[in-house]
Amino acid sequence: MAGAFWCVVEDDRKGSPKKVMAEVIGEAARLSGGEVEAVWVTDKASDEGLKQLGEWGAKKVWLLENAALVPYRAEVWAPAIADLAQAQSPKAIFGPVTSRQRELIARLAARLGVGLAADCTALAMDGDTLVATRPVYAGKLLSKVTWAKAPWLATLRPNVFRPAETQAGRSAAVERPGVTFAGAKMKLVERREEAATGLPELTEAEIVLSGGRGMKGPENYVILEELAGILPNAAVGASRAAVDAGWRPHRFQIGQTGRTISPKLYLGFGVSGAIQHLAGMRTSKVIVAVNKDPEAPIFKIADYGIVADLFEVVPALKEEFKKLLEK
Amino acid sequence: MKILVLAKQVPDTATQVKISSNPRAIETAGVTWIVSPYDEFALEEALRIKEKRQGTEVVAVSLGPDRVKETIRSCLAMGADRAIHLNDPAWADADTLTTARALAAVIKQEAPDLVLTGRQAIDDDMGAVTAQVAEILGWPCASWIMEEAIADDGKTVRAGRQVEGGLEIFDLPLPAVLSAQKGLNEPRYPTLKGIMGAKKKEIRDVKAGDLGLAAEPPQLSLLTLEALPPRPPGRVIPGEVKEAVRELVKALREEAKVV
Ligand SMILES: Cc1cc2nc3c(=O)[nH]c(=O)nc-3n(C[C@H](O)[C@H](O)[C@H](O)COP(=O)(O)OP(=O)(O)OC[C@H]3O[C@@H](n4cnc5c(N)ncnc54)[C@H](O)[C@@H]3O)c2cc1C
Ligand SMILES: Nc1ncnc2c1ncn2[C@@H]1O[C@H](COP(=O)(O)O)[C@@H](O)[C@H]1O
Repeated sequence: MAGAFWCVVEDDRKGSPKKVMAEVIGEAARLSGGEVEAVWVTDKASDEGLKQLGEWGAKKVWLLENAALVPYRAEVWAPAIADLAQAQSPKAIFGPVTSRQRELIARLAARLGVGLAADCTALAMDGDTLVATRPVYAGKLLSKVTWAKAPWLATLRPNVFRPAETQAGRSAAVERPGVTFAGAKMKLVERREEAATGLPELTEAEIVLSGGRGMKGPENYVILEELAGILPNAAVGASRAAVDAGWRPHRFQIGQTGRTISPKLYLGFGVSGAIQHLAGMRTSKVIVAVNKDPEAPIFKIADYGIVADLFEVVPALKEEFKKLLEK
Repeated sequence: MKILVLAKQVPDTATQVKISSNPRAIETAGVTWIVSPYDEFALEEALRIKEKRQGTEVVAVSLGPDRVKETIRSCLAMGADRAIHLNDPAWADADTLTTARALAAVIKQEAPDLVLTGRQAIDDDMGAVTAQVAEILGWPCASWIMEEAIADDGKTVRAGRQVEGGLEIFDLPLPAVLSAQKGLNEPRYPTLKGIMGAKKKEIRDVKAGDLGLAAEPPQLSLLTLEALPPRPPGRVIPGEVKEAVRELVKALREEAKVV
């Protein structure tokens, strides 16, 4: 429908939309009064996945389903979505901040010649225009931005926007538009999976335990992993000091030159709270700091702090959480 | 082989950034300016390619006001052969797309084999210019690369981009655009010889008109900059560890309601 808010689907590459889509669809529905449509580019959408998009509130799914669309390459996806957008005139196109969509939505904006607000943490209608709030200068300031013309393109930071509820009985009409696909110049050679930690992806976790230089060595991260293992949807990250020391692979680094996370709960262990670390986690809803040094800057932004040796605190936390969660 | 490195000047990561009397700008007095850290990774990678491939030229490109010359000199001191400075009042309010269009225009003029950029500029944190430059040029692009190798024949590059849960390795025909993620390399420090030598290297100044670009209003406009809303004051839970932990867990459940 012309004027609809589009949500570009991030999926698990196995035919199901990721949970973060509930947040994107939920926000798009609030802003548009329910005029939400999903755009799903995939080689195979599952019936379950299509049903889920409808139950989250998408009225329609534009399904671009073709073997040629996988693996993801922005040079193929962007023109396909742009052609569809030119024909359908959506008011806005949103996606979650993921490694694919940060690139895809940017390319799409260039192709359509419109503005892009990346990594938004708030969105609001001001009369007929959309105003986005996005952190800048590594989260030291917020900027408010608006678009010169539609479609308004934006990527939304995960874990920040209130997710749509699954409502049984809602369903989306599935439309398969005819589109031509550009040939891809780049070719996927291989995908190297990371050694599975058994824990969720850092940017998707609702709870993040972060270990800094105070962890003293790579062998000690196992205590954080064990603690994460008993908490629901929890992952383990690290400061740059720990990553630079070679204790953790770079993909676990939180901060300005690492990942930006926004979990419900962040717990820092032996992390001093340098400004570049805060850049990656200051939008966490609740921040807990455990540090031996009462002067550590992280206590300035922490909601709860314990001044103590983390090697005493972590086992005690494990015991307490076990008691709590086994109830 | 010719490589263009797009390098932006940004406030030092340790700088306390303050809003100026104009709510759409930061207070620049007292700010230390640096090359955006990811762009340093990009430049380092270009210099490493040059060390491996004879006859490679590395050109640093930066868009911004006069003060950007300083950043350009740092790039030259690190080892870039020459530089291009896109400096025009027409770009004072440049948004991501305007910047990408200007950079793409200069890339078209220079016709390099490879363009290297940073994952994101750490001032606007947009992470978009790279993909937009590629889109405007119609070139393939791999963002957030952790490794890169150019084929011996100089016709393709194999790049590994960081994605959720792994690394995706792609072959891209040149010319192509790659953006650097931390972990790609460790940037070198300029040597004294490098710093002295930089003074003699060419910096070409470019105006919008030289690229055939007319001034255009931004597609995304900045309304205001705002300070962060203050976080509610936190509390340090005193007492012996076991007691404190018990209280913390209780607070997380009952007050904060996050577990
Ligand atoms: C351009 C640039 C980019 C950067 N990007 C990042 C980034 O993305 N992410 C990032 O994290 N940093 C980044 N940094 C580095 C940052 O400035 C800090 O150096 C780093 O965050 C410090 O890590 P840390 O807190 O683990 O170590 P430290 O600052 O050394 O702090 C260790 C803390 O552990 C405490 N401690 C020690 N032992 C114990 C114990 N047994 N129990 C409890 N507490 C203990 C100490 O009191 C101390 O506060 C960047 C720096 C620059 C210049
Ligand atoms: N003004 C600029 N001058 C040179 N390069 C830039 C400029 N702005 C952005 N870039 C390049 O584009 C990358 C991404 O920037 P951004 O999309 O602004 O986060 C940067 O890391 C630079 O490599």
